[in-house]
Amino acid sequence: MKTVGKPVIKKDAMALVTGQPVYTDDIAPKDCLIVKVLRSPHANALVKQVVKEGAMRIPGIEAVYTWEDVPGKRFTMAGQTYPEPSPYDRLILDRHMRFVGDPVAIVAGADALCVDQALAALKVEYEVLPAVLDFRKAKDHEVLVHPEEDWRSLCPVGADNRRNLCASGSMEKGDVDKVLADCDVVVSGSYHVQAAQQTMMETFRTFCYIDTYGRLNVVSSTQIVFHVRRILSHALDIPKSMIRAVKPRIGGGFGAKQTVVSEVYPAFVTWMTKKPAKMVFSREETQTASSPRHEMEVSVKIGADKTGNIRAIDVHTLSNTGAYGEHGPTTVGLSGTKSISLYGELDAHRFTYDVVYTNKMSAGAYRGYGATQGIYAVECAVNELAAKLSVDPVKLRLDNMVREGQVMPAYYGETNTSCALDRCLLKVKDMIGWEEKYPCRELGNGKVRSVGLAMGMQSSGISGVDVGSATIKLNEDGIYTLLIGAADMGTGCDTILAQMAAECLDCPVDEVIVSGADTDTSPYDSGSYASSTTYVTGKAVEKACEKLTRQIKERACQILSCSDETLFFDGHQAKDLDTGKTVGLKEIGTASMCGNNVALQVTETHSSPVSPPPFMAGAVEIELDKETGHVEIIDYVAVIDCGTVVNPNLARVQAEGGIAQGIGMALYEKVQYTEDGKLLNNSLMQYKIPTRLDVGKIRVEFESSYEPSGPFGAKSIGEIVINTPAPALTHAIYNATGIWFKELPVTSEKIAMGLLK
Amino acid sequence: MLRIKEYVKAESLAQAYELNQKRANRIIGGMLWMKMGTVNVHTAIDLSGLGLDGSEERKDEFVIGCMATLRQLETDERLAVLGSGILKESVKNIVGVQFRNLATVGGSLAGRFGFSDVLTAFLALDTEVELYKAGRIPLAKFAAEGAGSDILVRVFVKKDDRRCVYLSHRNTKTDFPVLTVALSSARSGIRVAAGARPQRAILVPADECLNKADAADIFEGRADKEALQAYAAQLAAKVPTGSNMRASAAYRSHLAEVLIRRGLTALNEQAAKERGKKDAD
Amino acid sequence: MQIRITLNGRKITEDVSPDLLLLDWVRAHGCYSVKRGCETSNCGLCTVFMEDKPVLSCSVLAVRADGKRIETLEGLRKEAEEFGAFIAGQGAEQCGFCNPGMIMNAIALFRENPEPSEEEIKEYLAGNLCRCSGYEGQLRGIQAFLAYKKGGGIQ
Repeated sequence: MKTVGKPVIKKDAMALVTGQPVYTDDIAPKDCLIVKVLRSPHANALVKQVVKEGAMRIPGIEAVYTWEDVPGKRFTMAGQTYPEPSPYDRLILDRHMRFVGDPVAIVAGADALCVDQALAALKVEYEVLPAVLDFRKAKDHEVLVHPEEDWRSLCPVGADNRRNLCASGSMEKGDVDKVLADCDVVVSGSYHVQAAQQTMMETFRTFCYIDTYGRLNVVSSTQIVFHVRRILSHALDIPKSMIRAVKPRIGGGFGAKQTVVSEVYPAFVTWMTKKPAKMVFSREETQTASSPRHEMEVSVKIGADKTGNIRAIDVHTLSNTGAYGEHGPTTVGLSGTKSISLYGELDAHRFTYDVVYTNKMSAGAYRGYGATQGIYAVECAVNELAAKLSVDPVKLRLDNMVREGQVMPAYYGETNTSCALDRCLLKVKDMIGWEEKYPCRELGNGKVRSVGLAMGMQSSGISGVDVGSATIKLNEDGIYTLLIGAADMGTGCDTILAQMAAECLDCPVDEVIVSGADTDTSPYDSGSYASSTTYVTGKAVEKACEKLTRQIKERACQILSCSDETLFFDGHQAKDLDTGKTVGLKEIGTASMCGNNVALQVTETHSSPVSPPPFMAGAVEIELDKETGHVEIIDYVAVIDCGTVVNPNLARVQAEGGIAQGIGMALYEKVQYTEDGKLLNNSLMQYKIPTRLDVGKIRVEFESSYEPSGPFGAKSIGEIVINTPAPALTHAIYNATGIWFKELPVTSEKIAMGLLK
Repeated sequence: MLRIKEYVKAESLAQAYELNQKRANRIIGGMLWMKMGTVNVHTAIDLSGLGLDGSEERKDEFVIGCMATLRQLETDERLAVLGSGILKESVKNIVGVQFRNLATVGGSLAGRFGFSDVLTAFLALDTEVELYKAGRIPLAKFAAEGAGSDILVRVFVKKDDRRCVYLSHRNTKTDFPVLTVALSSARSGIRVAAGARPQRAILVPADECLNKADAADIFEGRADKEALQAYAAQLAAKVPTGSNMRASAAYRSHLAEVLIRRGLTALNEQAAKERGKKDAD
Repeated sequence: MQIRITLNGRKITEDVSPDLLLLDWVRAHGCYSVKRGCETSNCGLCTVFMEDKPVLSCSVLAVRADGKRIETLEGLRKEAEEFGAFIAGQGAEQCGFCNPGMIMNAIALFRENPEPSEEEIKEYLAGNLCRCSGYEGQLRGIQAFLAYKKGGGIQ
């Protein structure tokens, strides 16, 4: 292959490294109204009255809106395919405040100063209600987070607002209880993962304006332009045809921007005032009123026989969706399907779950999407099983892991069509020096070096749901334009999809212009989430290019007056092998604009009935200070099977970045609430993500399988990479201390105090 | 959000002092911490035009202007080696270079922040601060009492024979510390400062734990492991600790003992090494 | 009050509010490379040079920059392109939002210490957060750039 598999530099790279104004706030009109919201100080309260007059009198204030001013139809902010599994439990502004940070009022004004003054001048009377903050007590609690009559669940996900249930359900194969009872060894434990934050560097932001046709134009830092259009249509109760959504460059997303977090507020202001309006979330808002990971407690039972044959896995997940249900019913599924399925040929498995509402910030989509929580739990339990069996955890996994060709009953019965997990694990074992280093080595000064490992998997798009499309057209100078609805959020999908197009069309990547994403001009795409873009949209690109090639040939045949059989096309020119006459791509492009009936423009759409999982193994070496509890990462190694690696540089950096996020979540990214339900980790000062001094050395390699259903054999990479650090670090910490920590983050305090006990 | 009505670049300390007598007026140092609260300032008083951003070496002391930046403590070669280099060591984990290019020595001390690495380190040295009205007072006294409406103008660090060590524990490398300790050992005795307890740094009453002979042992590098351990336990017991988002009081108390013991051990080892070298010569 | 700032070589005299932050002032003058990533001086995205020193423009009052030279990435285009190409060469720019601040601070590092060790690089850039890259790709890019410079600027 000429371009697929090559470390092509991203198309937007030089614009980004030279600081060009390409992000939402850089390109917003200067006369935008500044939009901010007043947020509830209470975790559960009813707004009795908002006195706006004082605020309205402040010079420069354009509008103040409260629950009385907004449409009364409930919707969900989750960026999912319609009908969304997430319940319709939101209004733009509600009378009922359900978490500290829930918006009470929208204020729009000429500048930030007057808007701040107006926010301070708003007088709100609340009826404060008791709140349900403990997710372990939320189900069937007397306090209901969503008591309203018009709450709706569109899909059969086991939701019941009268029980604080956003979703519930189960799946089972075989008799788990019976098999577990029959096992020689059973380990069980409950593993708690907090609502970690995506912490992309660009906070949520959107600007809106009305165009020539009176339509609402929404420019937003989003992963999901088409869902934005639909959700705004629901929220504002206006036709979808009246809305256009566009995304410029995005300063990171990691799933955060798969929820419509900021869009509704400036959209409502612009729709009402017909004036341009902009909302830029502060970091504090981004930390306290957004869409973080679902807090989950995952309880696992794993049974094996004496020889280390894993026979049954039982997973129960309790997930906390917070005040609203975005992504609640779907994230939870992955905590079971993507953890149990790491192990093949189980006699039985069971997965049960409850997703509950609480009066905390609502959760959303964060890289890994539930799989991270489930894999953390199951991989920790498998490591504990290895310790109990006194068998090397590498061997235990090699004996039990899912293999290529196996049917995965907990993964919707899909067949594992491409899998190099065994090679990944063996390579990781080699890279970390497992033979010499496992389990640990005392350094003699209170410090100990140890190793730990884990495996992970994810999916490649949502099977039977995600839709990717690509439009490719030939321009008169022989250069192609590729239109996509997928959203490059820094991951490089514009470039990766162009690489695929260039490979198909046998042209340099530079000769493929990429444009997206714009609901008016891009072909439909579900959006960039669920690890779908490379696998799903990539296939659409491949299909579109194949078809375009056929049409180029057809046009060439007309020009050369020859038949299809004698035409040879090499991407640059077409040749009639009979006559030797040629026509160049440029001429074909030009000819397409004169007396032509063959469209040199093709749109293809792709959806996959399967979602082949990428796999990986990760291992870490740490140095642990037994007195202070400090964990220093010496070396993190990961080997990934994402099928064909389309762009090794971009895949590697995805992996390194995901691992760093996983390290932060495992060791120090804390979520702390006051007793009243106020989130304390409300800034980058209080929510500590890793700096470059904290991550140690990260090394990534690839062991590729070939996925027949993927473009050029590719699977996904974006999400899987966050899944191994938490269990691998927990394992290494056990190997250094003899203590199994079952709650993230495993802080130095927990370690030191644990050792003192 | 920081709101400022007026800004005055002071032309003299007298003018700055006079302005600073009004409650609504504030002296701005690096402005880093001030900016983070919701603060309404009437007049922001800027001392940056008064030539207080340098440092000077005198015969028996160093003088550091209040507007010298934390970065200068690292890049000024004389300051970087002062007190076994603990000033440099104490600031290197503070956020980042760009931050330390703004944060000032005066602001860090005058703020008397609980989390201050800088205050902890200076306390282990023989440090005085000069207030515009009140004149020179020991840093420990200043740390306890604050500047009130006076202005911290300069910092004086005595040159002496002390060996120092600075240790902190942090949840991430550039986060606020969970606990800081700075120790020094001189012929005149041992000094132990502990900060981020999480309350502001204090000098631990070392005399109550170590007699002169004990301290001399450490200064000469003759203390044994058991003795150091025992001193550390006694010293740590005199460090009041509390809980906050970053850690519990119990963990801090544990850390205090660990870090103080490590500090004492380092001081003792350093002395032993120097003695060994001298003996070899 | 009135201030005079030399922004990227251009002298600007202007009346500003005393609490206007330098970050907002430079953006208002078209320097959009300067980003805000937090309100707590933690992220490093807003790094500019004030009298050649890298500082957080979110934490400097515009009035305090009076009489001073301020440079942003817009004024360092050549250096940004030369060094930035090495970050791009690793795919480490990713979303790009933290890049201008990181590149500014890296340029400051190279000026101060033309041959920094790996540890020195990490320490100098510790105040530049990045959530995409895990920092390894940035480090590879920096080291490749340093090797290129050491070799006389020939790739």
